[in-house]
Amino acid sequence: MRKIFQSFLFVFIGCSSLIAQPDDDLSKLLDEEMNKEETVDYATATFKTTRLVNGHTNENVAAGVMDMRLSHRFGAFNTGIKNFFGLDQATMRVALEYGITNWLMVGGGRSNYEKTYDTFLKAKVLRQSKGKRRMPISLSYFTSIQTKTIPFSDPNRTNFFTSNIFYVHQLIFARKFSEGISVMIAPTVVHRNLVAKVTDPHDLYSIAIGGRMKLSKRTSINFEYFYQLPGTKPPGTTDCFSIGFDIETGGHVFQLTFNNSPTQVERAFIHETRGSWKNGDIIGGFNLSRVFTLKDPRSKNKEPKATW
Amino acid sequence: MFRNIILAFALLISSFASIFAQDLYYTKTAKVTLDATPANPVEEIEAVNNEATSFLNIANGDLVFAVLVKSFRFQKALMEEHFNENYLESSKFPKADFKGKITNLSVVNFKKDGDYIVNVEGKLTMHGITLPVNATGTISVKGGKFKAVSSFKIKLADYKIDRPSVVKDKISEEATITIDAVYEPKK
Repeated sequence: MRKIFQSFLFVFIGCSSLIAQPDDDLSKLLDEEMNKEETVDYATATFKTTRLVNGHTNENVAAGVMDMRLSHRFGAFNTGIKNFFGLDQATMRVALEYGITNWLMVGGGRSNYEKTYDTFLKAKVLRQSKGKRRMPISLSYFTSIQTKTIPFSDPNRTNFFTSNIFYVHQLIFARKFSEGISVMIAPTVVHRNLVAKVTDPHDLYSIAIGGRMKLSKRTSINFEYFYQLPGTKPPGTTDCFSIGFDIETGGHVFQLTFNNSPTQVERAFIHETRGSWKNGDIIGGFNLSRVFTLKDPRSKNKEPKATW
Repeated sequence: MFRNIILAFALLISSFASIFAQDLYYTKTAKVTLDATPANPVEEIEAVNNEATSFLNIANGDLVFAVLVKSFRFQKALMEEHFNENYLESSKFPKADFKGKITNLSVVNFKKDGDYIVNVEGKLTMHGITLPVNATGTISVKGGKFKAVSSFKIKLADYKIDRPSVVKDKISEEATITIDAVYEPKK
């Protein structure tokens, strides 16, 4: 009896090692390895492009990539049929923006509004991530020098070139809440070298709030509001509120814009807007962005690693 | 009686260690390439992932691979962004894996230098869809180390990877996947 029991036991044990599924063991090892969270998962494409509607987002142009941007704003719809509902008027900005590294971009543009030249730098300070390192928000720093070049209103007095220069600084906080929804908040300061009266402040403060909601894989609706802080808001100006609609194709992002400001440079659309949505001073326009890859990011890695 | 119980117990425990340490090989730096460049290319659609993980059991031929979709690198950053956001939806399906077996393991002599042609059968999971895959590959043994290379084609539509009509001509309906893995023993 005992011998039968023993031999049965040995056979059973011998069989169990054959029945055990080795494939499952390997699968388990693989799943363990992949779940180790050894990599940091950065949030990508918080917004479709570097601009929300008028203002900047936390997104940069990738390293070695050149973004050609064309921004066009028409006149206000309520200027009637004589003005072809605003289509007769045009304000434009053309610009080239380039990614120096993955976290630093530079750009330069010219608007016909007061013939303004602008150059800027935008740097990614923090990137939203999960996985090995968690960061709940993305943070970028934007700074720009904007110079208007129309002739001085009074050529007979002593005029300084530096009177035409404006400086903009912005901290852009953004968070991608889900695949479809991203939000940003950006405290901004615009410094004007020349002011009308001695009592006027040189530094103007505002806070931008904006967000986007994806309507489909390649389209989204955006909104943006620049709230001028009451202490420094220039009298007679209104806050810029914009609604945008993004369409993305292969290499282009096309943004349809509706707002109450006819300009695309920060010092102007934040603090020099006079139109208002209540009065129907709604201006249509578009931003067109086309990217060209100038430097292949993988050129260093084209040779396979010499492990063999 | 008591001795028998101890013996039985010991054998039971050892039977669960069905993988002997020296049979398991792995790599965390395998290279996986995806190529969906069409016949008359406007631009190359090609990506490389140098961080694929793989385990190989040389005793029974079990072979598994896994990749993080976000680790595929394209020449154009925008193409990489579209690949992740629109085509493979990597936030919904962050990983892709292959679980299978070398069906003719007996042709490989892991102790003798040389090139051995093998057949692999298994299941590929990508974009949330799992489908069977058959492929041939070559295992090269040299000086106690081995390398496995393989190449096979998959249809994008099978894995529900949609090509919108605007770009149908710019992306091939098939993608060629190539693998290049150098294995070392797992300690």
